[in-house]
Amino acid sequence: MANTLLAIDELDVAFTIGGKQYPALRQLSFEVREKERVGIVGESGCGKSLTSLSVMGLLPESAAITRGQISLAGKTLSAGLREEWHSTRGRQVAMIFQDPMTALNPLMPVGKQIAEMALTHLAVTRKEAKQMALEMMAKVGLSRIEQLYGEYPHRLSGGMMQRMMIAMALICQPKLLIADEPTTALDVTIQAQILALLREMNRSTGTAMLFISHDLGVIREVCERVIVMYAGFIVEDAPVQDILENPKHPYTAALLQALPSVEKRGQALYTIPGRVPPLTERGGGCPFAGRCPRAFGICHTITPELDTGMDGHRVRCHLYVEGRLCG
Amino acid sequence: MRWNQLVRNKPFMIGGCLLVLLLGLMVTSLFYTPYGPNDMNTAMRLAPPQASHWFGTDNFGRDIFSRIMEGSQTSFVIGTASVAIGLVIGLLIGAIAGYWGGWMDEMLMRIIDAMLAFPGILLAIMLVSVFGPGFGNTIVALGIMSIPAFARIARSGFIQYKEFAFVKAAKARGASSLRIISRHILPNMASPLIVASTMRFSGSILAEAGLSYLGLGVQPPDPSWGRMLSEAQPFIINAPWYVFITGAVITAMVLGFNLLGDGIRDGFDKKR
Amino acid sequence: MSEPLIRVEELTKHYYLPKTKLLEKRNAVRAVDGISFDIAEGEIFGLVGESGCGKSTTGQMIVQLVKETHGGIYYRDRQINALPANEMKALRRELQIVFQDPSSSLNPKKTIGWLLEEPLVIHGVADRAKRREIVLKTLEQVGLGADYLKRYPHELSGGQKQRVGIAAALVLKPKFIVIDEAVSALDVSVQSQILNLLKELRDKLRLTYLFISHDLNVVQYLSDRVGVMYLGKLVEIFDVSTSAVGPLHPYTKALFSAIPDVKGTRERVLLKGDVPNPIHPPDGCAFHPRCPLAVDRCSQERPGLQKVAPRHEVSCHLFEEGDFPS
Repeated sequence: MANTLLAIDELDVAFTIGGKQYPALRQLSFEVREKERVGIVGESGCGKSLTSLSVMGLLPESAAITRGQISLAGKTLSAGLREEWHSTRGRQVAMIFQDPMTALNPLMPVGKQIAEMALTHLAVTRKEAKQMALEMMAKVGLSRIEQLYGEYPHRLSGGMMQRMMIAMALICQPKLLIADEPTTALDVTIQAQILALLREMNRSTGTAMLFISHDLGVIREVCERVIVMYAGFIVEDAPVQDILENPKHPYTAALLQALPSVEKRGQALYTIPGRVPPLTERGGGCPFAGRCPRAFGICHTITPELDTGMDGHRVRCHLYVEGRLCG
Repeated sequence: MRWNQLVRNKPFMIGGCLLVLLLGLMVTSLFYTPYGPNDMNTAMRLAPPQASHWFGTDNFGRDIFSRIMEGSQTSFVIGTASVAIGLVIGLLIGAIAGYWGGWMDEMLMRIIDAMLAFPGILLAIMLVSVFGPGFGNTIVALGIMSIPAFARIARSGFIQYKEFAFVKAAKARGASSLRIISRHILPNMASPLIVASTMRFSGSILAEAGLSYLGLGVQPPDPSWGRMLSEAQPFIINAPWYVFITGAVITAMVLGFNLLGDGIRDGFDKKR
Repeated sequence: MSEPLIRVEELTKHYYLPKTKLLEKRNAVRAVDGISFDIAEGEIFGLVGESGCGKSTTGQMIVQLVKETHGGIYYRDRQINALPANEMKALRRELQIVFQDPSSSLNPKKTIGWLLEEPLVIHGVADRAKRREIVLKTLEQVGLGADYLKRYPHELSGGQKQRVGIAAALVLKPKFIVIDEAVSALDVSVQSQILNLLKELRDKLRLTYLFISHDLNVVQYLSDRVGVMYLGKLVEIFDVSTSAVGPLHPYTKALFSAIPDVKGTRERVLLKGDVPNPIHPPDGCAFHPRCPLAVDRCSQERPGLQKVAPRHEVSCHLFEEGDFPS
């Protein structure tokens, strides 16, 4: 089995609003192995983007890590050392975003921005950096690269821009690529191209991937393993096929049942009553207890542990003890 | 924007306090001034500040404090009236140009551009020299001077909001243009317009002072801060406090409005 | 199902771009390029396509929020796109629209009560008590209570806002509603609630929808018939429930195969390249540069919609009359 690349251990992140602390990520523990493609799925407000920002050391000012630690390639990144975060970013961890337009400098040709990345992080000359950028652009499936090198961001289509972002992210050969909803703003046919590209890049460069999305279908396309988050907690973590065919947590099951599809025509869709509790209204007990059709007494008072079953399928639910269904 | 958020905003509080103080002076002056603003006392010419005359006296022996109080009325009235003129006409032009667009927009905006090509004060001087100096004409001139600023803000606001889904939704429900403008778009533009109003208010007061300084504004014997400043000029060596105090009061008023505007804008920005 | 409730003929919208040079010819974007279809009473007609294909413009033209360049729009066989203002205003009671982003489709400065009452004021329901009664009944229909009347949009969650958006369209008791990406901005669990609500309202109030969405899973779930748009043209219209063969047009096939789904049983057709610039669309069939099946003829001749089976029309040279056994 491959080595552990990213390890997050009992991480708590909290927002401070008006002098009060509101926990946004709770007891977050998971690992990403080298070359592995892991997905994080959840609805808005579940903490999936916050997780990626924690790893990147890019938490907003009002949020802070209150407990736990993050280690990357065996090295622990402490919350206080900004310098350390900075040298880690780009070289070992790279990130691509939902909206590439905001991540690119509008006043600099895109090709040059890719080369800058190599110049900053690698010991290369300007000429070498340009050569690397051109090679990388070809690798991500762009054509007419010499011409594209000098184009400004606003001249590119969404799909081309996302390819550029991927080229920029991978030029320093990072060990981990974090992709935060990278295809949400794209059309389905372009989305299919980008997803295929990400799979291909993972295969050819061996960069591990942490892929964040609200869409289980997209995650299935790209990832081997998926982590389901709800209200700041990991509620389930298992291989993608396993989760899709045999979801254990009632939330995951409900999410799958609520998806519309052509097969469900004529039937009413399954709905989850209520909504994700906002940051300020989260209490004790299981985070999903208030909306769970199978909740019972203990669910409302005691937060279940994230237990690992014999098959490595992790689930945070009182219905399961040591991987078996009780009750 | 929440009130308690504004209270914690320093520019807003400082500006607000300055203005409340000046407004207090103005309101008081309606009923009471220590001396009659035009009462001369030849025995007490150019007296320095003292217990009986807080700000001293001018070359005719008139109490400067009383004249400043009385002059604040001129400033407030001219400020309010000229902002009102600029706001109403500017909004109208902005709404027509921004909401309907097309050739109307082109034409109106070119006129506004032409107005902006002149420095504001020059425009006002031109208008006053054509129509003659005086209280009413000063207001009209300063009001016209304020039109471009409001028209441009209103136009960009209307252009922005007319594409909003809630405006389209109102249209789909059958709302008339008048209703869309007055009930849907205007309430959403209150914040930038309030900020612009405070800024223009101070601009008008300053311009009035300038016009009166040049003798084109409010005519004697009505006291006006600008004219007081010009009257004080010859005595800058013998009675420096006269120039200094009058200038300080004008500065306080302008500063107060600018700070207030900044504070309100900060408050609105934070909400976004 | 009877005669069409809505009929659209050769509907076209050109947007003119501002000139960049003084003597340049003005460029036009053919946002919608001569499309025709009809919607039967009680039907949910889905309109799908990628961004910029003209689906939203089509919806907004039907409710006359966007003026068409030419073409006809008919409601119960009466042409509505040339009506005098007062008749159009009266007709707006019957034709309504729900927008995508519930946060921007509700005026942030008004209470929910005010927003729901406004259409009734506009259309002359003078009696205040009567207005109030209608508003409360409509709120109830979308699953909200009287306690929402005094609230402002920013106090509501996305799903609640979209319920209010639907209520604002329903308050005038329309017959036909354009639903423009109304569930796209919502989370899965909320989306399913809104989809169920739309379905329930259709059955209960005998409504007809034009359901516009880029999410093919949602469209297939909800719609009776689906129209597929590409670069301003309809390339295929088919019945989701009865069509045995499923989509035929190469673009539709690629589009449907690109849907990420949780089962992963679909065969993938990966399209090359981007959607072409609508200012200079390709000659012939607009899809031919990306089409895996294109032949010479496709780059020269523009295909038209042809009936290939009952309730199934395709615009593609591969399925011309006679070539395809129906």
